[in-house]
Amino acid sequence: MEQPITAQADESALVAAFEARIAAGESIEPKDWMPERYRKQLVRMMSQHAHSEVVGMLPEGNWITRAPSLRRKMSLIAKVQDEAGHGLYIYCGTETLGVDRHELLEQLLDGRAKYSSIFNYPTLSWADMGVIGWLVDGAAIVNQTILAKTSYGPYARAMVRICKEENFHKRQGYEICATLANGTPAQRAMLQEAVDRIWWPALMMFGPSDTDSPNSAELLKWRVKRKTNDELRQRFVNLTVPQAIAIGLTLPDPDLRFDESTGNWEFGEIDWTEFFQVIKGEGPCNRERLAARNQAHADGAWVREAAAAHAAKQQRSSTQAA
Amino acid sequence: MADHTEVEEVHEDSAADVTSAALEVAPYNVAGSRGPRFGAPLVEYVLRLGDDRLVLGHRLSEWCGHGPILEEDIAVANLALDLVGQATMFLGLAGELEGAGRDADALAFFRDGTAYRNALLVELPRGDFGFTMMRQFLFDAFSVVQLDALASCGHAQLAAIAAKSLKEAKYHVRHSGEWVVRLGDGTEESHARISRSLAELWRYTGELFERDVIDDAVEAHGIVFDHEAARARWEAIVHDVLQRATLEVPAPPIMASGGRRGRHTEHIGHLLSTMQSVARAHPGATW
Repeated sequence: MEQPITAQADESALVAAFEARIAAGESIEPKDWMPERYRKQLVRMMSQHAHSEVVGMLPEGNWITRAPSLRRKMSLIAKVQDEAGHGLYIYCGTETLGVDRHELLEQLLDGRAKYSSIFNYPTLSWADMGVIGWLVDGAAIVNQTILAKTSYGPYARAMVRICKEENFHKRQGYEICATLANGTPAQRAMLQEAVDRIWWPALMMFGPSDTDSPNSAELLKWRVKRKTNDELRQRFVNLTVPQAIAIGLTLPDPDLRFDESTGNWEFGEIDWTEFFQVIKGEGPCNRERLAARNQAHADGAWVREAAAAHAAKQQRSSTQAA
Repeated sequence: MADHTEVEEVHEDSAADVTSAALEVAPYNVAGSRGPRFGAPLVEYVLRLGDDRLVLGHRLSEWCGHGPILEEDIAVANLALDLVGQATMFLGLAGELEGAGRDADALAFFRDGTAYRNALLVELPRGDFGFTMMRQFLFDAFSVVQLDALASCGHAQLAAIAAKSLKEAKYHVRHSGEWVVRLGDGTEESHARISRSLAELWRYTGELFERDVIDDAVEAHGIVFDHEAARARWEAIVHDVLQRATLEVPAPPIMASGGRRGRHTEHIGHLLSTMQSVARAHPGATW
């Protein structure tokens, strides 16, 4: 009976020390002691992030073969390649928390894992490649700039590096939008249609409203997150509205107005029914995205087996030689 | 008339001392000949280089997000990126040499399939990952040999592009060759699959080493490519990798041919209708 009590006392001393370090702004490193809840929350966030990068390759990959100029084709390939790189990088980050990449992949493939809801929307025109870069990467940057100050060291460092590339993607996306905005009437119409379609799902990327966000309080206490969903969403809207105006776009929100007293762009109510529907797997492309990942995984099984078999043979022959 | 103008312009651009007679490709361009009809030889020659890489880059880019492992999504995207980059340089040069105001994009997005000059090998559908890598390896081995020769050719611009591309191609052939070895040596299934791919692809390799009037004509520009020597170098690279992959060199079949003259497989039309769809829906637009 005494032992659990001691263990409990030890644990609360450890938690106190841990929380003191967080409060002092220290970063937590893989070998440091951390509460199990902290570890779990980080695995959840980091794996969702990694999955989002990997699934996010699909909607943009959808337009690589149809990019209308060689320069755009190359930059889109490079962008999708960067996303694969980010996915790999963050999966490696989760390994520092004792999770195997294959385990996370299994969770993605069987539909247990979450990823950013935005990638469950279809890409329907070339303009989407501009608007996704501008709004979706733009929203990701707002999130990730804050995450670069997260308390877990490996994740924070990954974010610093990833943010640099995302900034490049966002500029590239905005440049596609600006080019279309200055183009033919058909190009302008294509752009406006894409903005109308993607604007609200982009706002949903910041997650549920603070009043309805189950993980927020704990994440903020441990400085995994540094700002609430609603704070980040507002920051994104404030940054983005002037950019839309600059290229002559109208955002699809009749309630959008500038509030002099707060300095904020006030916006209308998000359709939370749609948001939760997509989160629960009933978005327009949830099934297609998961099916595509599963197909790629199944089609690649023989390749992975062959690579492993060959590596094993090499290993054996080098052992024999030695 | 059009042919005559092109010949004149090519003559102007060329560094070598050539006579217009050397640039004639008669009888192929003569009305009433058995065809095909070619444009100016130097333009044709550079288009072949560009089209091979554009079409193969396009096929590779179809893999983005669908690869067997994440690392390979990155690697295949890298190959595609390099090839489309090389194509952009070659097509840019072809447009310049043609002198008709067409840039690389105009040549990529506004030419029909029959005006494409790529080898048939590169336009075949991507197949499974083994087919893609075997095709890639057979092309990469050719590309290394070809670019190595062109890097020291007498046409300065072409030589510069070839030299730059050669660095990339050397990396590519190592990557694709390693996969051929892995899949050939790996499991029973992978061995069977890649053997089938090799057998299917082999009949498209002969075209890479075919010599025709265009090759003869560009010698006047200092572009001398010894097809037989190139084939020997290619075979040395290919045989070495196939041996390590425990694969047998297929018996020489009747080789398929036609891409260099615009006589393609039916696949080219579908590939281009995808690739060109946005650009062609908005003629004159900038992107």
